[in-house]
Amino acid sequence: MEKYLNILNIAIYGSAVLLMLIGLYGALTKKSLIKIVLGLSILDSGVHLLMIAIGYLKDGTAPIFSPGNEDKMNIMVDPIPQALVLTAIVIGFGVTAVALSLVIRLYRHHNTLRIDEIKKLKW
Amino acid sequence: MKKVIVLISLGILGFYLIDIFLGIGFGVQHFTAGVKDLYLSNSKDTLKVSNVVTAIVVNFRGFDTLGEVTVLFLASTALGGILYKKRHHVGERSVLFPASRVVMSGAKLLFPSIVLLGAYVFIHGHLSPGGGFQGGTIIATGFLLMLLTYRNYSVSHNRLVYFESLAGILFVSIGLVGYFSKGSFLENVLPVGNMNELFSGGVIGIIYIAVGFKVAAELTGIIYTVLHEKD
Repeated sequence: MEKYLNILNIAIYGSAVLLMLIGLYGALTKKSLIKIVLGLSILDSGVHLLMIAIGYLKDGTAPIFSPGNEDKMNIMVDPIPQALVLTAIVIGFGVTAVALSLVIRLYRHHNTLRIDEIKKLKW
Repeated sequence: MKKVIVLISLGILGFYLIDIFLGIGFGVQHFTAGVKDLYLSNSKDTLKVSNVVTAIVVNFRGFDTLGEVTVLFLASTALGGILYKKRHHVGERSVLFPASRVVMSGAKLLFPSIVLLGAYVFIHGHLSPGGGFQGGTIIATGFLLMLLTYRNYSVSHNRLVYFESLAGILFVSIGLVGYFSKGSFLENVLPVGNMNELFSGGVIGIIYIAVGFKVAAELTGIIYTVLHEKD
């Protein structure tokens, strides 16, 4: 029970998970294609925030050996999640760009962005 | 009805995610300690790179970055393919209003400094926060400003493709040089120099400059394709 009482943990992980849930909710329930793509993008940023938060170390500094920081190796935060998130951001950008271009193409074809008005997309 | 089902399932998902991550804890050492220390000490002692994230992205996991750059290239190619249209008139963008005189002068004034900032960020990627992807994005925002301001500002597509291919070939050939002289792909072949100097880290600086050019060209191409999409 004690783990639910730490405010900082709740705030950090809670906001990341909340972002993911908001994104999933948007992607699942919204009717406009643009909003669905936006939801996926918000989901992406929630995942990035979560990964960065896992790598954090209490009272840690950035993993950069700038002058004066050369001997602080013990208190540096984990650089591996940050490198992974750098990759994930770029991949997320590519996914969003291609999804938006597909949305443009659909709009050109059906003249609407609402998925309930595009008959062939109904489920 | 659908919204209720979605809300209930998202609530369950959120509860379990929160539960798992609160169990992990925030700010405590919970990865295998050796991996982090190995990356930190290797990048400090053998590679002499001060920004450890750059060292991981470009050197230790350089092959990953090559794949990432390839994904970006595929995304920009797919965008061009999906949005391709036979009739293509430059200068008739109906979505954009003409910009005011203040914006025009301001954009002309800001554009060189934005490009300079981007170049600074990717040249100094191994010394300070930043790197090829970030610098390339900054340069692309400069081009976005110009494209939004001037209705008939056009970027030569051939030149973009030229830059992009050259940067990609440079990246792969540095990797191949490492393979043939040291025995593994993207191995460092240049002297590593001193820490916190511009010429340190061996091939990292060159690779990040190539990545910066490539990302800038790709993003500019994507922006240009989408902006000139009219109907």
